Amino acid sequence: MVVAAIGVIRLPDVFTRSHAVSLADSLGAFLMLVGIALNEGLGINMLKILVVLALLYILNPVIAHATIRAAHRSGLKPWQKETS
Amino acid sequence: MKTFLFCVVVLLAIIIGAYLYRVLRGPTIFDRLLGHNGISTKAIILLIVIGISFERVDMFIDIAIGYALLNLVGALAVAKYLEQKGHS
Repeated sequence: MVVAAIGVIRLPDVFTRSHAVSLADSLGAFLMLVGIALNEGLGINMLKILVVLALLYILNPVIAHATIRAAHRSGLKPWQKETS
Repeated sequence: MKTFLFCVVVLLAIIIGAYLYRVLRGPTIFDRLLGHNGISTKAIILLIVIGISFERVDMFIDIAIGYALLNLVGALAVAKYLEQKGHS
């Protein structure tokens, strides 16, 4: 998730930033929540944490996809390297 | 264990600050929307970590589930609205 935060600050465009938000962020949330669920032990709390994990794992890419689709539909051009 | 959880909370707060920079500075409105998505993901994890730290996970987990569902509805509504309207 630290890498995702650095990517969100440093990358040049909304299309490239979406990679940092959706991919790296989902992986960080997955690892962190699995660790917390294993620490919690077997029971209803572990089940609820896994429900939150599944929800985040579905929701995060869906929201990023909707945002980028809106950006693409509204005519935003992707960033290109300047060729001097 | 308490100190470790406190360090995790502080690190998550710093990461939220990085996303907040993008929300405030973002050139287009879609950057701000992506930053909001990242902040809400971090806020869910922060809620669960605070619940572990207070040893009241059963209460905080329900708040986290409700927050995740609200986040989905809000962000999808804003994205659909911007898709029809276009950026300006």
